[in-house]
Amino acid sequence: MELLPLFQWFEATFIGTKVRESLWMFPVIECVHLLALALLGGTILAVDLRRLGLGLKEQNAADLNRQLHPWMSGSVAMLILTGIPMFLSEAVKCYYSPPFWYKMGLLAVAYTFTLRRRAESRPAAVVSLGLWFSVAFAGRWIAFY
Amino acid sequence: MIPLLQWIEATSGSIAIRESILLYPVIESTHVLTLGLFAGIIALLDLRLVGAALRTVPVSQIATRLLPIALGGFVIMVVSGALLFYSSPVRAYTNIFFRVKLVLILLAGLNALLFHLTIFRDVAGWDTLAQPPPRARMAGLASLTFWSGVIICGRMQAYKWFE
Repeated sequence: MELLPLFQWFEATFIGTKVRESLWMFPVIECVHLLALALLGGTILAVDLRRLGLGLKEQNAADLNRQLHPWMSGSVAMLILTGIPMFLSEAVKCYYSPPFWYKMGLLAVAYTFTLRRRAESRPAAVVSLGLWFSVAFAGRWIAFY
Repeated sequence: MIPLLQWIEATSGSIAIRESILLYPVIESTHVLTLGLFAGIIALLDLRLVGAALRTVPVSQIATRLLPIALGGFVIMVVSGALLFYSSPVRAYTNIFFRVKLVLILLAGLNALLFHLTIFRDVAGWDTLAQPPPRARMAGLASLTFWSGVIICGRMQAYKWFE
């Protein structure tokens, strides 16, 4: 299936056009995206480091996870909410950008892994950290390639 | 100041980073990714101070266990940030967002210093309170505001609105 027409349509949507034609919208949305990234990074680190026996080790791992979960899903929601208008504004560029496709693939895996996992094991913590940091890394590289 | 920065910009190291296809993006993404390690961890302590997150975890425990990690993140931030500055010092120096960012970092540092020298000394008295005393909440809120400002200015620095 040819996806390019779909991405061209994305770019022509009302939001895509508005964000692209505005001087300040993209940077402002990007700032919120970055603030949410910092918070997500912090919560994921705190939870996964605990699973590795580091950081807040006096706390019960499951309890820590439960307490930070609203902050984690809140920042993921904010990241998606701000990510969509940025994507719409340059959908065709994203279509041709390898880091964009890596990011979306990794994001799907990281998201599923974080929500579905039952294992509290150390390898699971390492995989989670690796996945989320790869998502952020690939995201930054959309700007370069 | 500008002649000195122009001289720095002409050094081979500065040119190498600026013109490298790989070096600049790698340093730049390290700088951005460390946000989680530094700002994200600091934010957890701040959110605890304002009484919003981790309300059952003693404040001193977060400070002892997580601040060293944030400090490590800060070192990576400063080193990668210094390299980015080194790659285009004139552009950074003349950028209004860069200047505001430096002032905000200074303010955030002073806020943290003040917090540790005053209210945090008596942490034993309010360590386990879900809602810390007003001055601790103020320090947390100030830290959240300053560091958010730093992130916003850092991002805005790339756009040439005021150049």
